[in-house]
Amino acid sequence: MTLTVNDLRVHYRTLRGEVRALDGVGFDLADGEILGLAGESGCGKTTLGKSLIRLDGRMRHVGGTVTLDGDELPLSDDRAMNAYRFHKISLVPQYSMSALNPTRRIGRMIRELLASRGVTVDTDELHRRLALVGLERDVLDRYPIELSGGMKQRAVMVISTLLDPSVLIADEVTSALDVSNQQAVVGALTGLRDKGLVTSMIFVTHDLGLTSHIADSIMVMYAGKLAEKAPTRTLTTEPRHPYTKMLIGSLPQVGARYKDKPLSGIEGSPPSLLNPPLGCRFRDRCPLADARCAEEPPVVEIAPRHSVACWKAA
Amino acid sequence: MLTLDRVTKTFRAGAFGGGSTTAVDRVSFEAAPGELVSLIGESGSGKSTIGRMVLGLTRASSGSLTLDGEQVRPGKDFYRRVQGVFQDPFSCYNPVFKADRVFALVRRAYHPGVPDKEWADRVEKAVRDVRLDPGQVLGRYPHQLSGGQLQRLLIARALLLDLRFLVADEITSMLDASTRIDVLNLLAGLKERGLGVLYITHDLSLGTYLAERTVVLRNGRVVERGDTQKVFGNPLHPYTRTLLAAVPRLNEPWTSAEPVEVCAFHEGGAPDTDLYETEPDHFVACAGLPDCGRTSA
Repeated sequence: MTLTVNDLRVHYRTLRGEVRALDGVGFDLADGEILGLAGESGCGKTTLGKSLIRLDGRMRHVGGTVTLDGDELPLSDDRAMNAYRFHKISLVPQYSMSALNPTRRIGRMIRELLASRGVTVDTDELHRRLALVGLERDVLDRYPIELSGGMKQRAVMVISTLLDPSVLIADEVTSALDVSNQQAVVGALTGLRDKGLVTSMIFVTHDLGLTSHIADSIMVMYAGKLAEKAPTRTLTTEPRHPYTKMLIGSLPQVGARYKDKPLSGIEGSPPSLLNPPLGCRFRDRCPLADARCAEEPPVVEIAPRHSVACWKAA
Repeated sequence: MLTLDRVTKTFRAGAFGGGSTTAVDRVSFEAAPGELVSLIGESGSGKSTIGRMVLGLTRASSGSLTLDGEQVRPGKDFYRRVQGVFQDPFSCYNPVFKADRVFALVRRAYHPGVPDKEWADRVEKAVRDVRLDPGQVLGRYPHQLSGGQLQRLLIARALLLDLRFLVADEITSMLDASTRIDVLNLLAGLKERGLGVLYITHDLSLGTYLAERTVVLRNGRVVERGDTQKVFGNPLHPYTRTLLAAVPRLNEPWTSAEPVEVCAFHEGGAPDTDLYETEPDHFVACAGLPDCGRTSA
């Protein structure tokens, strides 16, 4: 087992109180597994990714543990986390396109980054990795401004995985790209896993269609909590949580037409996480909700590797 | 009826304006009232430039854009009938003021003589038309509303004018899957009431969901256009096929695009125009195969 997250709680400090962005999430990530993490804006998916690598000044680790290859990560100790960052756990950030230093050629930037970690560059290996994500070796002599969005995204992927991390978190890496670039980036990520350069991966996105292409299993989050987690095929064909069902129902497929069959969205919006309501957080938008939903539903494993947090699914 | 006839836009590029880039190259298409035309292309294909030209925000370098037979000429009279909604609803509102101030601005500019009571009724009707509850959205600040609500308020603002044509430029790309579909269904409803819509997107599945007609753009040129069913049911241009194959579908692996064996454009005798009409309302450009143009020209 690579990564075990147990009841993780991370809150944001604001002037008006604590925002419970991540309120008790637990899951396992096996060796070689790609876990897709899906949900609406504000459901806590980016917070989860950030918590695993670096808590910024506003974030507070309230409870829960994260175990990576047998070691418990010192989440709230910024300095102690340095031993794990990039070596054991790495991140391709949402802002990859602007993550590169505009005044450095890519090659020099990589040399400097590696030197800061006390590692020397193996040029052949670097070329091999660039080829793996579909980049020519001459990108090393170019400035970031000379690369397209998709190329920058892939260059950052190579940089993030240079130290062969156990877990790579890819946060919305495809959301700013066109469909053909998306396909290339997703292909490159799978390639990194298949070649063993990263052991496992968490692929964060709001696009369920794309997730289903890369992920072995998918976890759907809602308002800071886990809603459902299952192997990809099971989650997309037999979802049990009403939220997952409605989310899949709102996806237009190519060829779907309003004239033939209008799709429906989900009425309402997620609750504020400043003082979240007790009980199931989806109940105000849920067509199945009844009196029992005022009580918080536990996460129950209804089938092997299929967990749901809903009273109606059990 | 919006008509574009061989519209071209060239931007000056380079440090001293020495070079030039052709962003839109001889694009022609029509959008009738009650029709939704989707404009599909990757970044840099010129789709937003076309939207801006239709709105009169940028002037075309050559070619003509007409609305109901009149040249597009920005001005109060024009904006009464044509309005645009853009990608980022959060940056369209002043965070200091309440969101419904966008309605007050419309009133001041276009309907100064309307009495308060009547104006309030009109606003309420427009808000209901975009399927929002006036009690929930009026009098709120932008940060208290969701992206979908803000986007719908902008459409409501356009409805307060004598709107005939709406340019929707990537209006759902910043919204969540659950609210995105509500905005699309709203557009479908408006179009059924006779509004013409130009829907600009890079997302094929959203384009096909609503559009009667589709225009596929690449590097500023139309590669294929016509009836949505025909263009995506039987794509003839290699680029359309590549785009279609790259769309992620739930539970279906990606397939590689089927190669194009014959160039439909040259097969059709390479007409003088840029596009060849292979069947009624299905136009395709030259596929750019290695042997294209050798026999003709």
